[in-house]
Formats: sequence, structure tokens, C-alpha cells
Amino acid sequence: MNYLDVTSVLAALSEEFGDVDFRPAPLLAAQDRSKEQTCIKVPAERLPEVMSFLKADSRCRFDQVADLTCVDYLEFPDAADRYGVTYTLVSTELGHRLWVKCFANDPAPEIPSVTPIWKGADWQEREVWDLFGVKFKGHYDLRRIMTWEGFESHPLRKDYPLRGKGERTSFTRIERDSV
Amino acid sequence: MNGRRSLESSGIAYRELGVLPVPDTTREQQWTPTTYAPEEPGGDMWAMNYGPQHPACHTTLRHVLELDGERVVSCVVHIGYLHSGFEKLGEHLDYNQYVVITDRMNYVSSPACNIAWHHACELLFGVELTPRCKIVRTICAELARIHDHLLCVGAMALDIGALTAFLYGFNERELTNDIFEEFCGHRFTTGCTRVGGMMADISDRWPGMVKSFCQVIPKAIDDVERLLNKNRIFIERTRGIGYLSRQSAIDWSWTGPCARASGVRRDLRKDEPYLCYADNWDNNGSSAVDFKVPLSDMGDAYARYLVRLEEIKQSLAIIELLVDNIPSGPMNVSDDDKVCLPTKENVYSSIEGLIRHFEQVMTNRGFTPPVGEVYGANESPNGELGFYLASDGGRCAYRARCRPPCFINYQAFSELIEGHQVSDINVVLGSLNIIAGELDR
Repeated sequence: MNYLDVTSVLAALSEEFGDVDFRPAPLLAAQDRSKEQTCIKVPAERLPEVMSFLKADSRCRFDQVADLTCVDYLEFPDAADRYGVTYTLVSTELGHRLWVKCFANDPAPEIPSVTPIWKGADWQEREVWDLFGVKFKGHYDLRRIMTWEGFESHPLRKDYPLRGKGERTSFTRIERDSV
Repeated sequence: MNGRRSLESSGIAYRELGVLPVPDTTREQQWTPTTYAPEEPGGDMWAMNYGPQHPACHTTLRHVLELDGERVVSCVVHIGYLHSGFEKLGEHLDYNQYVVITDRMNYVSSPACNIAWHHACELLFGVELTPRCKIVRTICAELARIHDHLLCVGAMALDIGALTAFLYGFNERELTNDIFEEFCGHRFTTGCTRVGGMMADISDRWPGMVKSFCQVIPKAIDDVERLLNKNRIFIERTRGIGYLSRQSAIDWSWTGPCARASGVRRDLRKDEPYLCYADNWDNNGSSAVDFKVPLSDMGDAYARYLVRLEEIKQSLAIIELLVDNIPSGPMNVSDDDKVCLPTKENVYSSIEGLIRHFEQVMTNRGFTPPVGEVYGANESPNGELGFYLASDGGRCAYRARCRPPCFINYQAFSELIEGHQVSDINVVLGSLNIIAGELDR
């Protein structure tokens, strides 16, 4: 079976959530249709129930969030929203994969956390918060993970310069005598 | 004989056999996970920093422990000491330049990272590799797996005090370094792949070197096994330590040998086949390379050790199958795909080749990928190593996300260690094979 074939999943979704337009589309339009990775878009307010359904339903059984990341679409051609949090869901039982996107926008990007559904989203959501500044509502321990507490920027945002904003030069130096 | 555990059936099964083994009732202690509750909650606890500069925290990992005597009541993990902004760099380096950054992720198995990165790139560009390239990449990936597992197994034993096993494993790793040096000139951080091919073709000596490596390594494995597998001290230190059930392993998004040691029947080489693990890889009807995936239901540090050892043997079998059948023909995809540099003969003897070459190397030209996003994942020695690429059509990726297996596996560390003793931290860390380059990126 092709692990990218998710027709039954999409059928189950439209059956359960008739009012939501998931706009299923390939992540990348490939020449070979069998290699297309299907991505659905979920509005932030419906995310918890859709994700719970995707985990529980017998046609979906997405028991693992293999990857959770974010793309800052600030400079992307034809992008409507800024932050696209992307979930790569895997079913270890049925073997298929589905990509889910949930968008958030400035000034205070926030989407619901999926840690109550999958424990494995824990550090991945912290990483997205740290590097992109997207808050996950309901995360039990949303601290910075890569940079330090007190760091004020979110470095993977497109408007953050490659060489930083001078944090290296303005860092408080602890000298031998200053303690 | 009292207290000695029967290891006749080591608890390892292959998934080709169909079902997982039933829990071995001859094992005297069927270990069940316990949660430790101190007698006086909030009583006389110690707080201790374990790391970031601790010899057993092979790299920079910091654990803040709450201790009741020797017993770990809670553990908070702090990472990020090695964060170097690899993903930010990926947005400023082109698809070939970035491969040297992937080397520094899991630096113990660089070729596997290189192959995973370019696997995602090739999905983006939509190019199909040549059979020769696929077979060489498969051999490199399996060599990297052996290389990685030998270190992991050895270092785990080293942390427990079994120095000799570490040396046996480390000695043979030198040979894989030689093989990679012969291939690409680098011993450790190889950077050997390019979009649509490899940085160079293999030399005539190379298959012979791989074959002689295959003859040497079983003896080393055998030495390690005889030292450790039935070693009372080793078993006492590892059995039941860092247990994670199958359900929790799935829930924590575990992949790779750690997940398989907990009984998760998943290996991307079988489930989402690529390279020579897929049927008809040479477009000539060849079947997928034949190997077995070791599984265990024990879920502890000992099981992870056993699964890794078995995987080394399976990797050896794969290499032995493939190394005699390397097809002739080009290594890189044809010039029409516009991803590889043309051959030097072509550049020096034809104007088209020269133009192609310049179009590829000039900084205002370079790659022209389609606009879109793609996720490509490989079964790296540590688990699912995926790259999520977003491309806006420019020469560099718009977003180059790395899904690092040990970052994901390490999340569960607090759950693994709570209730155990301080000395067990080394064991659990060793069995998870945390590589901070990949962890913090």
C-alpha cells in the first residue's frame, strides 16, 4: 500500500466535519501523482477536535506526531497568512502519513496545543515557540528550549537577521571581579 | 544459579516472523515500571545539577535532578547549549552547500544525514537517482549505521565501566573512516552527497575495502557480544532500566532502534521504502534488498543494546548483498535534470556543458526548484531523520527544517529516569544515543 494514499482519511474527515473546508492539496504538485504528500488546512479554533478525531477514528489512527514545525511565510510568494504550523502525522498502525497546517498571524500568534493528544509534541511545540514565537495555548510548560530565558527575539522569523541583532556583542560579560 | 536470568531466548524477534514474542515467562523477574513516591512529599530532597559538563553527558546536556538519597524523584532536562542556528543557515546556503551543515548534526553518522538531506532535496526537485548512485548511497547509509551503533553500544558499555567493549567497537570504526576517506576524502564529516548524485564516483579499490570490512566486523561484534550479552554486571545495570512501553513509545513519537526495542513495528526502510530498500530500484525489476528488522518487547536499556547489535548484523548482510552488484553507468543524474554539475569532459569540450556549469555555480543562478513544500524522511541510525523543505523557487531553501530523531526521543528522558538511581542516568543516556549536534542544531 502506498503510505501517501489518504483517501479514506479525507472521506472520514468530510463525513465528520461537514462544516469545515479542509482544502486538501498536495504539499508539492509532483509529476507522479502517487508521490504527492497530502496536506489539509485546519482553522485554529477547530484544531483540538480535528486532531483528536484523527487520532481516534479507525480509518485514520494517527497515533504519532512525527514532526511539528513552522514556516514563516512573510516573504513567500502568494502567501495569505504569516505563520504556518505544520504537523506531520503518522499512523504506526495503518502506515500512512498526513500533513496538517494551521495558520496564525501577528501581533500575537497563538494556536491550541496538541500536547494533550500526543505527548511527543511537547518539545517540538516549545521549539516552535522559541524560534518562531507562536504560542501554544494549553501547553503545560511552554518555556524556551534552544535559546535562553530572557532572550527576546525569535530567530527563525524571516525578519530576524542571519547574524543576529547584536546579542553577541551586547551580552553581559561576567568578569572575575564582578561577582 | 539463583538470581541468574535465563537468556536463552534473548527477547529479540524479527518482524518478518509475524508476531512479537510472547513475554518470556522463564525470565525470573518480569520487570514492571514503578513510579517512585517519596515517603515524605516535599521532604528532605536534594537538588543536583547533572551536566552540562559531565563526562557521561557525552555532550552538553543538563539535567536538574531532585534526589531523595540516590533516588531520582524528578528530572528536568535543559538543552540548547549547542544551538547553532543550523536551520537559519539552511535558508542562506544552497541545496549543495548545506550538506556540510548536515554533517555536523549527527556527526557520528554523517553520511546518513547527508543522504537524508538530499533525499528530501530530490523529492523537491523530482529527480530519480541512477541505480549506481542508489546502491552506493545504500551501502554508505548502512556503513554509517554500523559506525553509529558501534559507538553507541561501546559508549553505553563504557559509561557502565566496560571499557574493553568500547575499544573493540571503536577499533573497527576506524575501518569505516578509511572507507569514507577513500570515497570522498573526509573521514568523519563526509558531506559526500550532491543533489542528484554523489560528490565523486567510487574508486576501483572501494568495493574491495568494503568487502574486507565486512569480513572483519563479525569478529568484533562477536567479541562485544561475548563480553556483554551474558555479563551479569552488565545485565544487572541495564535490565529494567529506562523502561518505556510500546504505547508510550508511540505516544512520545519515538522512532528507530529505541522504538523497536519497545516493540514498535516500524522501520522506514520497510514501511516507506527508498533507495535499494524499494522494489524495482534499478528500473530493471530488481527486488528490494532483503533484510530483517529486529524487534524486542522488553523496552529497557538492555533491549536497546540488543536491537542495535542485531541491526549491525543486518546492515552487514545488506552491504554484502549489494557490494558485489554495483552496476556500471553514471553516478549522477543526466544533465537534463539541471541539478548536477556536468562532467568535466562535457565542460571542457562543449559550449553547452560550459554554460550549464556556469549556470550551476554562479551565485545569482544556481538551482531552480519548483515552488512548494516537501517532507523527506530516512531511517537514520537513530530513527526517522526527516527534512521539511519549503521552497519559494530560489537557489536556497525557504525553510529547511530538520526532524532530529534524538531530540524527539530525548523528550521522554524524565519519564525514563524517574524512580531510578543517579548511576542509572548514564545507562539511559547511553542507550538513547543522544548526539547534541543533532539535538540542538
